[in-house]
Formats: sequence, C-alpha cells, structure tokens
Amino acid sequence: MKWTRRLAKHTIEGLFTLSGGVTSLVVFLIIAFLFREGFGLFRSPAVERGYGLCVHAENAVPTLDAGQVKRIFDGEITDWKEVGGRPGAIVPFRVDDLFTGGGAMDDDPASVIPRVEALIARTPGIIAFLHADYLPGTKIARHLSLGNITPSDFFTGREWQPAASPSPRFGALPLILGTLLVSLAAILLALPLGIGAAIYLSELAGARMRAWMKPTIELLAGIPSVVYGFFGLVVLAPLIQKTFDLPVGESALTGSLVLAIMALPTIITLAEDATRGVPRAQREASLALGATRWQTICRVVLPGASSGIAAATVLGIGRAVGETMAVLMVTGNAAVLPRSLLEPVRTIPATIAAELGEAPAGGAHYRALFLLGCILFAVTMAINLTAELMTARSRPKNI
Amino acid sequence: MIETKEAGILTAIETKDAGKPTAIETKTAGKQTMIETKNVNFYYADFRALKEVTIRVEARAVTALIGPSGCGKSTFLRLFNRMNDLIDGTRLTGECLIDGEDIYHKSVDVDALRKRVGMVFQKPNPFPKSIFENVAYGLRVNGARDRSFIAARVEESLRAAALWVEVRDKLRASAFALSGGQQQRLCIARALAVSPSVLLMDEPASALDPISTAKIEELIDQLKRDYTIVIVTHNMQQAARVSDSTAFFMLGELVEFGSTKKIFADPDHDQTRRYVAGRFG
Ligand SMILES: Nc1ncnc2c1ncn2[C@@H]1O[C@H](COP(=O)(O)OP(=O)(O)OP(=O)(O)O)[C@@H](O)[C@H]1O
Ligand SMILES: [Mg+2]
Repeated sequence: MKWTRRLAKHTIEGLFTLSGGVTSLVVFLIIAFLFREGFGLFRSPAVERGYGLCVHAENAVPTLDAGQVKRIFDGEITDWKEVGGRPGAIVPFRVDDLFTGGGAMDDDPASVIPRVEALIARTPGIIAFLHADYLPGTKIARHLSLGNITPSDFFTGREWQPAASPSPRFGALPLILGTLLVSLAAILLALPLGIGAAIYLSELAGARMRAWMKPTIELLAGIPSVVYGFFGLVVLAPLIQKTFDLPVGESALTGSLVLAIMALPTIITLAEDATRGVPRAQREASLALGATRWQTICRVVLPGASSGIAAATVLGIGRAVGETMAVLMVTGNAAVLPRSLLEPVRTIPATIAAELGEAPAGGAHYRALFLLGCILFAVTMAINLTAELMTARSRPKNI
Repeated sequence: MIETKEAGILTAIETKDAGKPTAIETKTAGKQTMIETKNVNFYYADFRALKEVTIRVEARAVTALIGPSGCGKSTFLRLFNRMNDLIDGTRLTGECLIDGEDIYHKSVDVDALRKRVGMVFQKPNPFPKSIFENVAYGLRVNGARDRSFIAARVEESLRAAALWVEVRDKLRASAFALSGGQQQRLCIARALAVSPSVLLMDEPASALDPISTAKIEELIDQLKRDYTIVIVTHNMQQAARVSDSTAFFMLGELVEFGSTKKIFADPDHDQTRRYVAGRFG
C-alpha cells in the first residue's frame, strides 16, 4: 500500500519538475534562437544576397561602402570623384536595364554575360549591380566587395530602408529613438496621472468609490491593444491633427497618448498597492501629531511607498516600450529620426510587426528584424530586473 | 553657552504655551477639569460602542481607563483627538469638551486639536526615518524651520521621554534600530515635541518587557506634572501604580469612576470589585 503512494508522490513531483524544466528550456531556446538570428545580421553581406557589384576594370575608385552605393543608385552621387575616384560621370546599371530596353528576353547566363561584358567595356564610368550568375570576368570588370553589415551600420545608421537595392539600409537609430521618444513621452504623461489616481484611490476615496473604481481600472488593463489603437486612430489622431494643425494626425504624440492610457492601469494598480502597503499605524501617528492629510501623504505615505511607486513606473515604461499594435496604428510609421512629438515616428515593435511578413527568412532584412527583437528583449529585461530590484529592496536600516 | 541657549528656547516655548487657553476652572474639590464628556454615545455604523458616558478628567493628573476587552476604552480615548473620525460611518451624540471647548463643534480645526492632544499608540509606530526626524516630524509639519530651535526641541523632548542619554550619539540612525521599549519612548518624545496639553496613551506598555514598562511608568509619573494623561491599560497593577483616577467600563458603559484608591480598595459597584479583584488573582 505504502509503495503505491510513494510512487504516486514521486510521479507527481516528477511531472511538476518536468513541466518546470520544459518551460525553462523553451524560454531559453527562444532567447537563443532570437539572438542567433539577430546577430546573424553581421554575417550578412551589405549587398543583397546573391548579387554582386562591379565597375570597369580601370576604374580607380578604391572601395565603396554601402551608403555610397545606395546614394549612387539613388542618383545622389553622380561623379566618381565624390567617392575618391577619377573625375567622370557615374553610370549606374542594373541587369534589369538589359531587359527593359526591349529585345530578347533571354536570361541564360551564357548569352547575358557577353552583353554585360560588352557594355562594361565600352562604359568606363559604369557601376553594375548584377545577379551573381551574370557577373563578368575580372579582366573586364573589377568586382567590388562591400563586406558585411557592421554593428555601427546598424546601431548608428540613420536610414532604415530594408527594401533598398542594391544595398538595403538597416540603420536602427530612428527606430530606437522613436521607441524611446514615444515611451518616454507616454510615461511622462501617465506618471503624474497614475500616481495621482493611486493616491486618490488609497487615501481619499471612500470605500464605495474604491470598490467599483479599482476593478474598473483593472478591467482597462485587459482590453486588447487593437481596441486602444482603434480609439487612438478614430478619436485622438483627428483631434491632434486639428489642435496642432498638422498634415496628418498620426504622430509620436498620438502614440504617446494611447500608450499613456494603456500604461495607466498598470501604474495605478501597482502604485495603489504600494501606498496601501504603508502601515496604517504610521498614518495614524502622523495625523495624531496634527499633520494634515496632505502632509501625511507627502511626508509619510509617498516616501514609504517610493520603492513600489518606482517599480510601478518602471513596469509602466516596460509596457510602453513593448507595445506593438496600438503604436503601429497611430504613430504614422515613418522610419525617420524623430525631430518633434508632432511628427510621425516608428517604433521597434511596430517595425517588427509590420515587416516580418515580407522579409524572406534568412535574409539580411529578416535578421535585422530579429536584432531589433534582441534590443527590445534586452531593454524589457533590464526594465523588469530594475523593477524586481526596487520592490525587493528592503527599507534602509540607516537613514 | 549651551545652557543659555537652551534656557532661551525654553522660555520661548513657555511663552508659546502661555498663549494657549489654560484649563478652565470647573471647581471640583479644588481641581481643574481638562476633559469633560456629557452623555456621549458613539456608533460604529449601527453598533453603539459607547453608551451615555459622562465623565470629568482632571488636569495634570493620570486617569486610567480599565475594563474587559471590547468594552470601548480605545474608542473612548480616541474621541479626544478625533481619531475615530478616520473610520467611515461613525457617529457621535452628546458633548465632548476639552478646555471647555466642544471639540466636535463644526468650527473646530481637527489638525490644531491633535496638536493639543497628543497620542501614544499600543504598538510603537515610529516612522521609517531617523530618530531625530521622528521627533522633529511634528515640529516640521507645524512649519518650524529654524534648525537650532528644532534641534533644541528634539533634545528637550527626548530628555523628557527619558531617552536622550541612550540615543544622543545616534540621532541620525534609523528609529527601527531601537528596541521596542526605546521605540515607545521615542513615540512619547515625538508626541511631546509639539507641546500638547493632553497625552492619550492606549496600552502604551502592553508590547514591552517589564523593565521597559517600569521606565514608561516612571516617565508617566514625571509627565503628569505638565500634562493631563489618559491611559488605557489591561494591567491592574499598572493602573493602581500610575493613575490618580480610574474609570471602569463595561459593554460601552461607564460603570464607575473615582479615585484610583477607592476603585481598587472599596468600589461602589460589585462588577468593579469583581473585575479589579479578578485581575489581581
Ligand atoms: N473600526 C471599528 N468598526 C466597527 N466596530 C468597532 C471598530 N473598532 C471597535 N469596534 C467595536 O467597538 C467596541 C469597542 O472597541 P474598542 O476597541 O474601543 O475596545 P477596547 O476596550 O479598546 O478593547 P481592547 O481592550 O481589546 O483594546 C468593540 O465591540 C469593537 O468590536
Ligand atoms: Mg483597545
């Protein structure tokens, strides 16, 4: 009899251990996958995979970087001397140009390469962007290597143009700054309001008021973010457009407002818990000394709840930084360096959500999106750790 | 040098005190009445916790409130600094006077009242601040800014609470670093710092060891020269030792009120006799 019970006990314990282990393993694998894919970006060539660049064999330009190549093909750089070569007009050439001029649609390399070689040979100023199959021999053309995408391209680059050809741009700076701007503005809006509401709920509201307000606020936290986004799009965006007389209502400010509304329940709930955690005896001591209710709040309740309030703030920021849907809907999604709150911006989560579907798996774009995910993960992780430390921090022994 | 400074501050405080209304002279056998209630009823929602309580508490004396648990001693004590106001749904009928003033009148400033009527709670409840800041708290919320005045007042209060010698070298340390008994004396010092005229104590020694208790009792004995003290206690010996008058409550009613000597030696009511004797064992 006894051994069956022991067996049952061990089986159950084993199952619990197993589920714990499996969960941890899954989480670990996801993180490992995220980082492996993300950092793969720095092993991706700066030119589209499977393509190459070449110039005339006698072209003296030493080397080009991805940014220069992009501007050449965009027509912003038109002379070789601008990039360190001998003076002479640049003639950008894509292999597509061969086919668009009419004529035979023969894409057999054996017939294309001679035509490309002929073209390069008679055009000294040419820079050709070609599929690897069509690259001509090195006698006629010099192959340019742009190397791999570097961390500084990614973290300090100011252009996010993943579809640019021949050399897509993965400068994440506008996205990082956009995320920071929107989150920071959101938290600055939400914090005073949230703490004020928390103080009202815990110190001033009557029992009946609190009894229905607290669940209502908690309910707000459960509303799906698309609903907030929809509200922002339909109500806030037109309002902001009208108020500030803007061409479009979708802006960083709209995003911040929506995020602030979304972060409020978290902040209010946590801050209220923190203020209510201040012992009643301390409030009574303060009031019994003739302190007013307001003095008691400022000098006893808020200092006593400070670590909890800080944690509420940090978690509120965490929610804002990671929020995707609502921001995607209302910020206008322009991946440019944000100059003011009234311009459209684009955040990291919105970028991932919007672009992952169209990024071919394993490509540079796909990896860049994963790296953005890594940044987001690191930031939210740091935020949660900070919150954890703040709440765990016991009262100082010496003041 | 320090002496003169202190003396100067003391006179400053005394002149401040002199500005206050003094206890009205309701001559009862030559004694002043500080607190007076007339037919007080107190309700927690529908529950009547005090029934028709009428009492006169003597100034500059110790009055003990005794009675079985739940009889309304704390409720009664908390009437005098209107701490019961903090509880929703409470109601009071009858009159409650301190210094002849109806403290439940609409025109009364409750915060000012609480400065005049200090309170020490059952469990020591220092703030999570330094020893110094705990005592200075009441001064600061009253708008005191002058650092030397605050420092002098803190020292004086700590001396009055018989704690100065023990803490003078660690005024900046957290109040939580003190023992329970020291914390309670700190709370007394904190209450004294705002120079109240009445001190309410709700079982101030119940959480303390015998030595700390003895210190608190000694302190009460000294403080009664300057303060009107009302103390709730479950400890009969303590009531007998420290108080001049004793009020015995049962089920919200004031059964008997008289000099401590009489209540303990020869009470009028049988209930009082049984309660007092029962506690003596
Ligand atoms: N906040 C409250 N709400 C409702 N009823 C209360 C409240 N506080 C006290 N009471 C009730 O009022 C009565 C008197 O309580 P009180 O605390 O004054 O008793 P006490 O004599 O101080 O008891 P103890 O000796 O145990 O401290 C009790 O029956 C109690 O249940
Ligand atoms: Mg009590």
